[in-house]
Amino acid sequence: MTHDRIARLLAEAHTIAALKPWPRYEVDHGAFSEIGGAVGEGERELFGLWAEPGMVHMAIRAIGERPCVVSTAVVDDSFPSIGRWCAPAIRLERTIRDLYGYQPKQADDLRPWLDHGAWEIAAPLGARTACSLRDPADYDFLPVHGEGLHQIPVGPVHAGIIEPGHFRFTCNGEIVARLEERLGYVHKGIDALTTDVPLEQAARVVARLSGDSTVAASFAFARAVEAALAIKVPPRGAVVRGVMAELERLANHLGDIGAICNDAAFALIHAHCGILRERVLAAADAVFGHRLMMDIVVPGGAAENITADGAREIVAMLDAIAPTLDDIVRVYDETPSLQDRTCNTGYLAPELAKRFAAGGHVGRASGRDFDSRRDLAYPPYGDKTFDVPLLTAGDVDARVRVRIGEVFASMALLRAFLSPLPEGPILAPVPQPKEGGEGIAITEAFRGDMLVWLRIRPDLRVARCHVRDASWFQWPLLEAVIKNNIVADFPLCNKSFNCSYSGHDL
Amino acid sequence: MRTLLLRSLFASPVTIDGPAPADAALDEVGRALEARVRRLYGRSLTIREVDAGSCNGCELEIHALGNSVYDAERFGLRFVASPRHADVLLVTGPVTRNMRVALERSYAATPDPKWVVAVGDCGCGGGVFEDSYAVVGAVEKVIPVDLSIRGCPPRPIDLLKGLVALVDKAVAR
Repeated sequence: MTHDRIARLLAEAHTIAALKPWPRYEVDHGAFSEIGGAVGEGERELFGLWAEPGMVHMAIRAIGERPCVVSTAVVDDSFPSIGRWCAPAIRLERTIRDLYGYQPKQADDLRPWLDHGAWEIAAPLGARTACSLRDPADYDFLPVHGEGLHQIPVGPVHAGIIEPGHFRFTCNGEIVARLEERLGYVHKGIDALTTDVPLEQAARVVARLSGDSTVAASFAFARAVEAALAIKVPPRGAVVRGVMAELERLANHLGDIGAICNDAAFALIHAHCGILRERVLAAADAVFGHRLMMDIVVPGGAAENITADGAREIVAMLDAIAPTLDDIVRVYDETPSLQDRTCNTGYLAPELAKRFAAGGHVGRASGRDFDSRRDLAYPPYGDKTFDVPLLTAGDVDARVRVRIGEVFASMALLRAFLSPLPEGPILAPVPQPKEGGEGIAITEAFRGDMLVWLRIRPDLRVARCHVRDASWFQWPLLEAVIKNNIVADFPLCNKSFNCSYSGHDL
Repeated sequence: MRTLLLRSLFASPVTIDGPAPADAALDEVGRALEARVRRLYGRSLTIREVDAGSCNGCELEIHALGNSVYDAERFGLRFVASPRHADVLLVTGPVTRNMRVALERSYAATPDPKWVVAVGDCGCGGGVFEDSYAVVGAVEKVIPVDLSIRGCPPRPIDLLKGLVALVDKAVAR
C-alpha cells in the first residue's frame, strides 16, 4: 500500500523531541528525497518547506491526521530537491536557495525567486557574500511558443491601490495562453528580522507580515511560542483572540466580495460591502483600539480585553450589518449579468487544489475540505461547531459563494464567542524557561492556513522563525486558472483568490 | 435589486451617519480640503498610490478613503491608474531594494508640479524593517518627500487630514 511508504520511512527515523506539539523526524538525504517523492504522488499534503542554518525542514500532513515535520541536514551546502517531485515546493526551495545559498539537488528550476539582484549580498541568511547589483529586469521568463502570440507585461506597479508584483501574460488575441508571475518585490527580509531578536521584536515583525492577516499571523506566532514554552492561555484570552480572528475574516471577506463584483463593473455591491467592512473595522477600533487589531494577540493570550460594552458593540454591529448582507446576497443571486462574469471564470480543478493543498476559500471552492480551525481544532474553536462551506465548482462564483458562507459562519461564531465570554484573566505570563524550545502552529487566516515555526532560546530570544502564508500554495494556482480566460477576467480571478504579496515575499 | 436600490435612495447617507470616530472631524477636514483644492487645481487633485514595500496595512486604509463613509472623491481627491495622470504620489514603505527602481521610475513618470506623500511608520522611517538587508528604508531615502503621514497604519481620517496639510504646503509654494 502506497500510504505506508512515508510512515515506514518515518518509523525508522530519528525523532526530535524538542518540537512541540507535532512530531519532528530527522532523516538522511535519501529518505528526505523519497518522502518528497511520495508527497508528490499525493501520499501527504505539503504544508511548508523552509531552512535554518545547516538544516532544511518540510511540514507534511496526511489527511485527517496531525501534521509532522521532516528535517534533513544540509550537506555540502545542498539538500535533495523536493520541487522535482512536488510542484508546490518549487518556489519554496528557490527561496531557500536565495536566502541561504543551499542548492536543491537535481531541481529543474534554479532561477532566483526573491533575490532580484538588488541586495548587494548573496545568501543573506547564509554565507552573506558580497555581490554586485543585477539588472532587475534580467529574469528568464519561461518561453511560450506559438503563432500569433503577444505578451502583456503588467507591474510591478499596478493600476489600483494594490501591492506590487509582475505578471507576464502571453496571449492569443484576448485569450490568455499563459501567465507567469514574478514576485518578491516587497521582500523585506522577515526571516532575517526574526533571527536572534527578542521575543517582542519578532512578534512585531510577524504582525506586519501581511496587514490584512495581522491577527492570524500574530495568533500563529503566539501559539508557536506557547507550544515551545508550554504556556497555557486562559480561556477568556483564547476567546478574545478568536473574536479578533473572526472580525478580521469578516472584514476581509466583505471587502473582497465587493471588490470582486467591482471588477465585473457592478458597483452597487462594492459600495454596500465597503460600508459593511467599515462598520466591522469601526467596531474593532472601538473595542480593541486598532482598526486592524495589530499587536493585540500576544504570546500568553491577548493584550486587550473585551469589556461588557465592547461585547455589546460587536453584537450591535452584527445586528446592523445582517439585513444589508442578506440584501447583497440576494442581489448577487438575482443578477445574471454579474454571474455571467463570475460563473465558469477562472476554474480551478479539484485535483490541482488537492495537489497544492490550497488553503482557504481557494481550496474549499474546489472541493478541498480543510479548515484548520475545525481540523486542527485549536482554542477557542475546539468546542465550537461552525459551518465550513465547501463547493466543487472551482470558479470565481464558487469562491464568492464560499466567502459569503464564511461571512455568515464568522458572524455566528462571533455571537457564540460573546454569549457569554468566559470569566477570568486574558493573559498568562511568559515564563523564564530553563531551556529553549521549538514550537509550530497553524491558524486559519481569511485566505487559508498560516504556519509559524520558531525556536526560542532560554533568554527568550527568538533564534529562528519562519512564517508561511497560504498564498505560497495559491499563487501558482492563479497561473493555472487564468489559462484560456480572457485578459479582462484576470482582475476577477485575481481578486477571488486575493493572494498576499507581502505575506509571500517575506 | 430594486428593493435595495429603493431603500438606498431613501436611506440617510452613510457618509454623514458614518462610524463613530470620524464624523465631525471628517466633515471639517473635508470642507477645508475642498476649498483649498479648488483654489489650487480648479476641481481636483489626482493621486497615484505606490506600494514600495508595505505590508498592505496602509493600502487597506488608503482603499477605505474611497468607500461611501470617507468618500474622498467628493473633495476632489481622486486616485488614478497612472503616475502620468497624477499630481501626488502617495507612497507606502519601507522601500524595499527590490522596489527601488520601480519607485524611481514612477516618480520620473509623474509630471511636474508633483508632491510626494510618505504614508505609514514604514514609509516615514522604515518601521520595524529598517535594519534589514532587503530594505532601503524611508521613502525620502529614494525620492524627495513633501509630507509624512505616520501611523501603523494611519487611519483614513488621518490620511485625509494629511492631504489637507499637503495642499496647504502646495499653496504656500
